[in-house]
Amino acid sequence: MNTPTSGSQYKVIGTRPIRHDGADKVTGKAKYGADVKFSKMLYGRVLRSPHAHARILSIDTSEAESHPGVFAVITTTDMPDLVDKMADLGEGVVNMAHLGDNVLAREKVLYKGQAVAAVAAANVHIAAEAIEKIKVEYEPLPAVTWVLDAMHEDAPLLHDNVFTDDMGQKSETPSNVDKEIHFLKGDVETGFAAADLVVEREFKTATVHQGYIEPHVATADWNEDGNVTVWTSTQGSFACRTQTAEILQIPISKVKVVPCEIGGGFGGKITVYLQPVAALLSKKSGRPVQLTMQRDEVFEGTGPTPGSFMRVKLGATKDGKLTAGEAWIAFDAGAFPGGPIGPACMCVFSCYDFEHAKVDGYNVVLNKPKTQAYRAPGSTHAALACETVLDELAEKLAIDPLEFRLKNAATEGTRRVDGPVYPRIGCVEVLQAAQASDHWNSPLEGPNRGRGVALGFWFNCGLKSSASAHVNPDGTVTLTEGSTDIGGSRASIAMQLAETLGITAEEVNPQVVDTDSVGYTDVTGGSRVTFATGLAAYKVGLDIEHQMTSRAAALWDCPPEQVSVESGVYSHNGDSLTFAELAEKLHATGEAIVGRATVAPDGATNGFGVHLVDVEVDPDTGKTTILRYTVIQDAGKAIHPSYVEGQMQGGAVQGIGWALNEEYFFDDQGQMKNASFLDYRIPTFLDVPMIDTIIVEVPNPDHPYGVRGVGETPIVPPPAAIAIAIHNAVGVRMTDLPMSPPKLWKALSEQS
Amino acid sequence: MAKKTHVTTTINGEETEFLCEPRQSLLEVLREGLDLTGSKEGCNNGNCGACTVMLNGLPVDSCLVLAVEAEGAEITTIEGIAQQGHLHPLQQCFLEGAALQCGICTPGFIVGAKALLDRNPNPTEEEIRFNLAGNLCRCTGYDKIVRSIQEAAERLQSAT
Ligand code: FES
Ligand code: FES
Repeated sequence: MNTPTSGSQYKVIGTRPIRHDGADKVTGKAKYGADVKFSKMLYGRVLRSPHAHARILSIDTSEAESHPGVFAVITTTDMPDLVDKMADLGEGVVNMAHLGDNVLAREKVLYKGQAVAAVAAANVHIAAEAIEKIKVEYEPLPAVTWVLDAMHEDAPLLHDNVFTDDMGQKSETPSNVDKEIHFLKGDVETGFAAADLVVEREFKTATVHQGYIEPHVATADWNEDGNVTVWTSTQGSFACRTQTAEILQIPISKVKVVPCEIGGGFGGKITVYLQPVAALLSKKSGRPVQLTMQRDEVFEGTGPTPGSFMRVKLGATKDGKLTAGEAWIAFDAGAFPGGPIGPACMCVFSCYDFEHAKVDGYNVVLNKPKTQAYRAPGSTHAALACETVLDELAEKLAIDPLEFRLKNAATEGTRRVDGPVYPRIGCVEVLQAAQASDHWNSPLEGPNRGRGVALGFWFNCGLKSSASAHVNPDGTVTLTEGSTDIGGSRASIAMQLAETLGITAEEVNPQVVDTDSVGYTDVTGGSRVTFATGLAAYKVGLDIEHQMTSRAAALWDCPPEQVSVESGVYSHNGDSLTFAELAEKLHATGEAIVGRATVAPDGATNGFGVHLVDVEVDPDTGKTTILRYTVIQDAGKAIHPSYVEGQMQGGAVQGIGWALNEEYFFDDQGQMKNASFLDYRIPTFLDVPMIDTIIVEVPNPDHPYGVRGVGETPIVPPPAAIAIAIHNAVGVRMTDLPMSPPKLWKALSEQS
Repeated sequence: MAKKTHVTTTINGEETEFLCEPRQSLLEVLREGLDLTGSKEGCNNGNCGACTVMLNGLPVDSCLVLAVEAEGAEITTIEGIAQQGHLHPLQQCFLEGAALQCGICTPGFIVGAKALLDRNPNPTEEEIRFNLAGNLCRCTGYDKIVRSIQEAAERLQSAT
C-alpha cells in the first residue's frame, strides 16, 4: 500500500502513510475540546430564546445566582458594548456588533435558540437547573422564516440598522434584504433570441446543517493577570482569537487560543459562540469554565446553510451550444447579514462558457439561526438549479448529457460571468474521465431506475499560513503549524515537507500548536490547507535544505554551491552524507537548524468534479435508494490519495443527505421541530452504498507539487445528480430539496 | 444535591468503584468521574453512537445507560481495545484504511465493530452496515469504515 504509483517522480507524495495523529485517535487518547479538564473547573449552560422574534424587556438572574452550586451568571450587561466594525475571518467578513448579539442577545432575540444568558456551576446538572431559574420577560414579535416572505415590504423587519447594499449603493430605508448582487456578461436578450430552445425552472432548498458529530465546546480561563486562555474546537485558532478579543474588547495579545482536536466543522466552526461566554463566566467566577452545547443547541443555536429560492433560465441551439443563461437567486442569511450569496452567484454558471449571462442575487435576513459557511457555500444550491435545467435542455435536444457539458465546458481562458478568467483548470478532463468510467459504460436496467450526472465547481482559496520546523539529531524533523487538522491534514502537510527534504513521512513529526506558538494562519476552510500550508511546508523544506547545504559545505570545507543535494543525500567530490547523517553532526558543528516560512499564495486554482449516480425509486413510498455512486474530481495532485478519496466520499454523502433527507422543519411560529439526530436525519451506514472515486490530476501550475484543494467541490453535484437520476427513473423533475419520500410521492401522484 | 450511590463494576478488565448521582449517565461518569474521555458525546440522546461501549459484551450507547445500572457489569471502552501496547486489528485497519477523518466517531465505531466481530467474525457488508447503523459519521461517507472492518475481520480470521 505504501508505495508510490509506478513511474511517479515522487517518493512520498502519492503514497498512503498512516497519519501521525492516528494512534491517538483510534485509542481514545486524542484530546478533543470536551476532553480537557482543569482543577476547580466549572461547567456552564446557556439559556436560549424560546421565541423566534421578540423584544427582551427584562432579565432577572437573582434566583439563579442564589441557586446552590452556582458560581456565576452572565447576560449581555457583562459584555462590553460593541460598535459596528467589520472583521475578515478568512472565509468571510463579519460585523462584530452582530457577532456579539449572536453570542448573547442584547435587545431583541431574532431566532429561537439564540443565547440570552449563561451560568457556571459545579456541574452541568446544577447549571441546567439554574438557567431555568433565570426569568426573562419577552414581548413576542411576528416572525418570518421563508426567504420570499421576508423580502415582502410588509414583512416583520428584523433590524432597523440594516440597509440594502446593492453593489456598493446603500438603500435609504432599512430592509431585510441586506445585499444585492448583479452580474452581467454580454446581452442576454440577444443570447436567448439565438436559442432554439429555452428552459426555465424554479427551485427551493431547505435549510440544512453541517451536522458535525462533535458539538461546539469551549473552556476558558481568565487569569488574574488579565490573560485569557481558550481551549476549543475550532477551524481557525487565529480567527477564534480575533473574534474573542474583539467581543471581550481586550487586545489580541491577551488571548491565547489552544486548538484541541476537532470533531468536524465543514465551515460551521469558524465563528465563535461559546468562547467569549466561557471567558466572561471565568472572569466572573475566577475559575476555568467549560461550556458544551447539547445537540438541540447545535441545530437551533449555530449556523446552518441558507434555505433558498432560485430561478434559472438557459437557452441553447439545436446542436447543443449554450447561448444564454439567467439566474435569480434569493438566500436566507438567518438572523444577521452575511452569507454565501456572493459565491452562489459566482458559481451558478461557473462550469460553462457563456457569451451572454445575467445573475441577480439577494441576501435576506429572517428569523432563523445566523447561517454559516457549509462546504462550498452557495455552490450546491446553485448547481442544483443550473445542472437540472441544463439536463432538461440536453434531454429535449436529444444530446448526451456529458457531450452537452463538454461542448460548453469552461477551459483555460474562459471568462466567468462575474469577471475572472480561468487559469489551467480540469473541467474538461473530469468530464472525459466520467465518459471513460466503468460506471458510465455499465448498463443500468430495471424499472424505476435512473442514472444522473452533474458537474460541480468550487473556487478553493489560498489565504495565509505559517510554519516552522527544526531538525533533530536523529534525522527527524519536527514541524510546527497552525492549521487545525480536521481530516488528515497533518499527514498531507508533513508529506510535502518530507518530499522536499528527501526523508520519509514518518520522519516528520507535525504539531498543530496554539496562537502563541506559530505565525498567523488562517482557518482550515476554503479547501486551502493542503495547498497553502503545504506550500509553507515546502518552503520550510527549502529553507532547511539551504542551511543543511551550508553545514555540509562547512564540513567539507567547500563553497555551498559545490554541494549537490539529491533525494536527501548531500554530496561533494566523492563525499556524501544522508540527511540523517548530516543531522547527527549538527550539534557538534554549530547552531541548530530551524526552517521557517510564511505564505499568502494566490493561485489556489479551482476544483471541478463530476458525479454519477444510479437510483431506484419506490413508487409506493417515494423513497429513493442510491444504488451506485461515483465521484470524479480534479485534485491537481493527490498528496495522500486515501484522504483525497475520503474528502470525495464524505462530501458526496453529505450531498446525498442534503438531496434526500435533511431539512430544518419550522412551524408557523418559527420553531424548529426536528432538532435532534433522530428527526434531522443525516445519512447513516445503511443509507448509502460504497462510493467509488476517480482522482483526476491536472496539476496546478501555481503549486510546487500541483495541489488544488479538494475538500469542498464534492458536496456540490449530488443534489443535482440525484434530481436528474430521479427524473430518469420515474419521469418527474424534482425542484424542491430535500427530495424526501413525501415530496417525491406527491410529485408521482400528481404525475399519474 | 442528590445522594450518591456506590457502584462496583469492571472496566477494561479492572475492578472499578465509583460514586454517582442517580441522574448521571454512564457516559458522564466515564468521562467526568473516571477520566475515560475516549467515549465521546455527540448527542446525549442515543442517536449518534459516539458514546458506544460494551456492556457485558453488547454494544450500548453509554449516554442512555444510567451509571447506577453498571453495578456488577463488565464494561469495555475504547481505552480497553488495544492490548499490551498493541493496537487491535480493527484499530490498525482503521489507520491503514483511512477510516477516520476528524476521528470523533472513531471510538464508537471501533467498539461497535469489536462487539459485532466478537459475535459474528465474518459479517457481510450488509451486516456491517445494519449493525452499525446507529453510529453516525459525518466525514467519511462510511465507505472506508466498511472496508476497514472487513479487512480487520479477515485478519482476525486468519490469525485464529
Ligand atoms: S452521545 Fe450517546 S448516542 Fe450520541
Ligand atoms: S470521522 Fe468525523 S464523524 Fe466520522
